[in-house]
Amino acid sequence: MTVLEQPGRAYHPAPPPAWKPRTDAAPLLPDPEPHRVLGTAAAEKTEAGLLRELYGALVTGRRYNEQATTLTKQGRLAVYPSTTGQEACQVAAARALRPQDWLFPSYRDTLAVVARGVDPVQALTLLRGDWHTGYDPAEHRIAPLCTPLATQLPHAVGLARAARLKGDDVVALAMVGDGGTSEGDFHEALNFAAVWRAPVVFLVQNNGYAISVPLAKQTAAPSLAHKAVGYGMPGRLVDGNDVVALHDVLTEAVERARGGGGPTLVEAVTYRMDAHTNADDATRYRTDSEVEPWRAHDPVALLERELTGRGLLDEAGAAAARAAAEELAADMRERLHADAELDPVDLFTHVYAEPTQQLRAQESLLRAELEAELQAEPQTGGEYR
Amino acid sequence: MTTTAVARTAAGPRPATMAQALTRAMRDAMAADPAVHVMGEDVGQLGGVFRITQGLADEFGEDRCTDTPLAEAGILGTAVGMAMYGLRPVVEMQFDAFGYPAFEQLVSHVSRMRNRTRGATPMPLTIRVPYGGGIGGVEHHGDSSEAYYTATPGLHVLTPGTVADAYGLLRAAIASDDPVVFLEPKRLYWSKADWDPEQPERVPGIGRAVVRRPGTTATLVTYGPSVPVCLEAAEAAREEGWDLEVVDLRSLVPFDEETVVASVRRTGRAVVVHEAPGFAGPGGEIAARLGERCFHYLEAPVLRVTGFDIPYPPPMLERHHLPGVDRVLDAVSRLQWEAEWTEGG
Repeated sequence: MTVLEQPGRAYHPAPPPAWKPRTDAAPLLPDPEPHRVLGTAAAEKTEAGLLRELYGALVTGRRYNEQATTLTKQGRLAVYPSTTGQEACQVAAARALRPQDWLFPSYRDTLAVVARGVDPVQALTLLRGDWHTGYDPAEHRIAPLCTPLATQLPHAVGLARAARLKGDDVVALAMVGDGGTSEGDFHEALNFAAVWRAPVVFLVQNNGYAISVPLAKQTAAPSLAHKAVGYGMPGRLVDGNDVVALHDVLTEAVERARGGGGPTLVEAVTYRMDAHTNADDATRYRTDSEVEPWRAHDPVALLERELTGRGLLDEAGAAAARAAAEELAADMRERLHADAELDPVDLFTHVYAEPTQQLRAQESLLRAELEAELQAEPQTGGEYR
Repeated sequence: MTTTAVARTAAGPRPATMAQALTRAMRDAMAADPAVHVMGEDVGQLGGVFRITQGLADEFGEDRCTDTPLAEAGILGTAVGMAMYGLRPVVEMQFDAFGYPAFEQLVSHVSRMRNRTRGATPMPLTIRVPYGGGIGGVEHHGDSSEAYYTATPGLHVLTPGTVADAYGLLRAAIASDDPVVFLEPKRLYWSKADWDPEQPERVPGIGRAVVRRPGTTATLVTYGPSVPVCLEAAEAAREEGWDLEVVDLRSLVPFDEETVVASVRRTGRAVVVHEAPGFAGPGGEIAARLGERCFHYLEAPVLRVTGFDIPYPPPMLERHHLPGVDRVLDAVSRLQWEAEWTEGG
């Protein structure tokens, strides 16, 4: 006689009824196609003023990318991970946030930092090799640019939770790339955010590559937005080169978070037009025939076509946008061509609130070395460096 | 019966465990500052696997003593964000070896956030880690992981060796504007001492060692779970005619060099004792500094008594690994006492 046949004993082939899925997965699923506005009827409903503002920001953003890339070739930036082709994501992320909200950028997102109002020279401090963070995070409500992939995402969740515990109306928007979604911190951040219903928006810029590794080697998920479902939050798929679609989706996600609806995962489908950084050679892993179709889907050109088609942009308007961008580029050139002045003794200043005895001794050693350098080198008016 | 009950509730020092002192420290810190938030695995309703957070969720609510999902990087990573917003998170890593998934957050963010933002974003958070062996725990429950933390600039690393210090040091850690890795010797959780929870002693800031037992002929430099071992060894050494001084570091970072150096210059001999593996462990750094600063005062090379350079052993063998009284006394006996006698004769 088997257990099944024991008389008087109920056999439960299924888990006890207390177990059931907690959430209907269907409403969390992303649409099959990325959300688009430009080139559709919906575009006409978008306010002209907003379109013109976004256009100005995109033109400036493109110029910023070009200028920063040039500065690396001139040795003025140590490295620059470009967002050429991703300007719509950068601009829309910054503009979706209200002043009290927080932005958590990755190292590639300096344009988003600039779009939120930080001085470009401050935003580029890390990439210039002059200290690690050039702005006060609390003043701008922008976390330091984060190099270890996805590790800034749990910070966004914790900050959003802390704000809610204090009763403050604050949303955190965290940016990550397609490669970053493979990191454990991505998973943990999304899980914590969903469990805590934290007011967070996760923006994945799927630009197709993690340095040289294409998305197909990164994930087998139907889309990166689908990953949201496993955490119990909605996933949204959006055309990452359509700045108006991004603006809509991100603004809605921020509103949802603000209203207590919890986190949203947004996947913006875009393309990294440049190599990973100036130190990378993209021809080693992708062909021009792959890049070409994306040139036709350029975020600046898409919006420009919409604006000119509707008669919202004439040559004078375009020239004004270009002039503003040139002004920013000229300012970047002028200030970044000047040598940064760093005090080596600052190396010890902020390790702790109070330096340890050992650090004070090391600081004395460095001071003595600097003094000896000054004695040894005749002053040549700063020419000789 | 009645008299016993009265005696128990009377004020003044009474037997208390290190676990109780730690709980009290968190409780008092939470009562004093609404920014203090405790979080970790099982810290809420259960009170932690070692019951150190017992009662905190009941008293302060689950928003301030929070059961997190089971993911150490997520726990510490979200605590970083909370600290950025002005809270003072107190994070519990359930066991030493379970803290490793949080290592990237610790090294890449917690330890350097103040520095990378040039002072704009301090990290006032405390990471409590039960550490060390001697409790019969199976694999991954007995590590002495302090060397990883002391090798990371930007962290403070504290560890109590007594019930009173457990309270005083944890209060100091939570009050600190810098991140503190707070190593709790789990073997001492249930050690007892007379202690007054109503008037608990504080410590004079972070980074001060203490002479736990004065002596004249050699110094034992130690911390955490090895403090009672060294005190016992010092008692036993009296039979041999050795009057050992025991210095309890309490803080590995900052390292109170002056107290240790002063003691060793006075006694002329030193043994550094800790459970962590010896190679590249804290003892090597301490011995090197004593060599640099006490060379002309030393009668013998500074010796180290440490755990072996092996992965933490299974519990049935751990007694052979852990530095015990005999191994400490054996090291003391090798401090070239003979040479001193023959020199005069």
